[in-house]
Amino acid sequence: MSLATRIIPCLDVANGRVVKGINFIDLKEAGDPVEMAAIYAREGADEITFLDITASAEGRGTTLEVLRRTAEQVFIPLTVGGGISSVEDVNQLLRAGADKISLNTAAIRNPRLISEIVDRFGTQVLVLSVDARRARTKSGFEVTTHGGRESAGLDALDWIESATSRGVGEILLNSMDRDGTRSGYDLEMIRRVREICDTPLIASGGAGDIQDFARALADGADALLAASVFHFGIYRISQIKDALKGAGYVVRESSKLGKN
Amino acid sequence: MKERNAISILDYGSGNIRSAQRALERVGLEVEVTSDFERALESSGLVVPGVGAFGSCMSQLRAVRGDEVIRARFESDRPILGICVGMQVLFAGSEESKEEGLAILPNKVNKLAAPILPHIGWNEVTEVAPLQLLKGINAERFYFVHSYAAREVSGDVKTAIANYGEDFIAAVELGSLSAVQFHPEKSGDVGLQLLKNWAEVL
Repeated sequence: MSLATRIIPCLDVANGRVVKGINFIDLKEAGDPVEMAAIYAREGADEITFLDITASAEGRGTTLEVLRRTAEQVFIPLTVGGGISSVEDVNQLLRAGADKISLNTAAIRNPRLISEIVDRFGTQVLVLSVDARRARTKSGFEVTTHGGRESAGLDALDWIESATSRGVGEILLNSMDRDGTRSGYDLEMIRRVREICDTPLIASGGAGDIQDFARALADGADALLAASVFHFGIYRISQIKDALKGAGYVVRESSKLGKN
Repeated sequence: MKERNAISILDYGSGNIRSAQRALERVGLEVEVTSDFERALESSGLVVPGVGAFGSCMSQLRAVRGDEVIRARFESDRPILGICVGMQVLFAGSEESKEEGLAILPNKVNKLAAPILPHIGWNEVTEVAPLQLLKGINAERFYFVHSYAAREVSGDVKTAIANYGEDFIAAVELGSLSAVQFHPEKSGDVGLQLLKNWAEVL
């Protein structure tokens, strides 16, 4: 009897469409995030994350619509990240059906926003997304913005300590060095962050080999987020769960309801 | 066609009420979101949601006389389903706040003794006594998000437990009063089954 490790697929959405890896599943309507979320949920996803990479204001309206339609048929936790910069943005997303929001650049620009969101909606809605890479900073890791293209001028561990002191529900730790490389998670980074925080830690960036997932857990991650290994059909969620089970970790298996 | 049962979700400013609404509608209930005293009192079932801090939930609840509605329904044995902090407010109080709870259940809610908090994710729920809510649901996982929970419940209360750092009370039933520490509206098919089980006895 214990908590299961969460496997969280992440869908990149722009203007209401999934923009990456839409070729691997036989969709009635290719690129529909609602249908993809439903498929992932059926395949055993423990949560779904939408990363909104829409630039325009009109496009953001379609994201809310996607969220509304998803929440009508997918009854597992939904997280939305990307482009959130105010308490009102958070309010709109939650009202549309998000359970959590992930905050990145806006929290760096204005750390008080963390407190404002937490005061109004509770810590459980806030996932702090940290895009970090190796650098010559105090801890050897720095925070980046703009998908890893720019340095935020912050030491990653210092930033996580200061942000969590304001009350964050979870930390999503993305390795920008490993992102998209499929060369494995940055395990040292996971270990170092684990040492300084007692907030649930979601590892992201670099998963490739099926054993990578268990390695991240061994080094302190509580949950695993992945995009490309799912989008490109390299692994099914069930294969990852089988590998984790084989390595001695607890996973949520498909429900036995109605199967007796 | 069978007439649908109309239930109400108590809207006192806490949480993502729409998730609960959609899930309850999915299992065939007609749902009204309300903060109106009479309507919440008279509906065939009342859902009390709740997320965030215990203290602010209690004060917001009092602001719409939700405490009175819950007590009155409990005393006349009308169905109530508390979810997450909506379960915690039924207790006498919480380590999280000086604010008093409803004390329908005499015990207190404490911070979980676990190294990593909040407790987030899918955890197994085990019946101590058979519960209507968990009818046909065996050794399944539900989605939890919380840092506080009751460790025990005194009296003639049926319970189910879960474990995170320690055993804690995951669900209770006392007459027509039901409450769960987890989020059935976010627990996939298993959660919908639980809501269906609740709807069955309305």
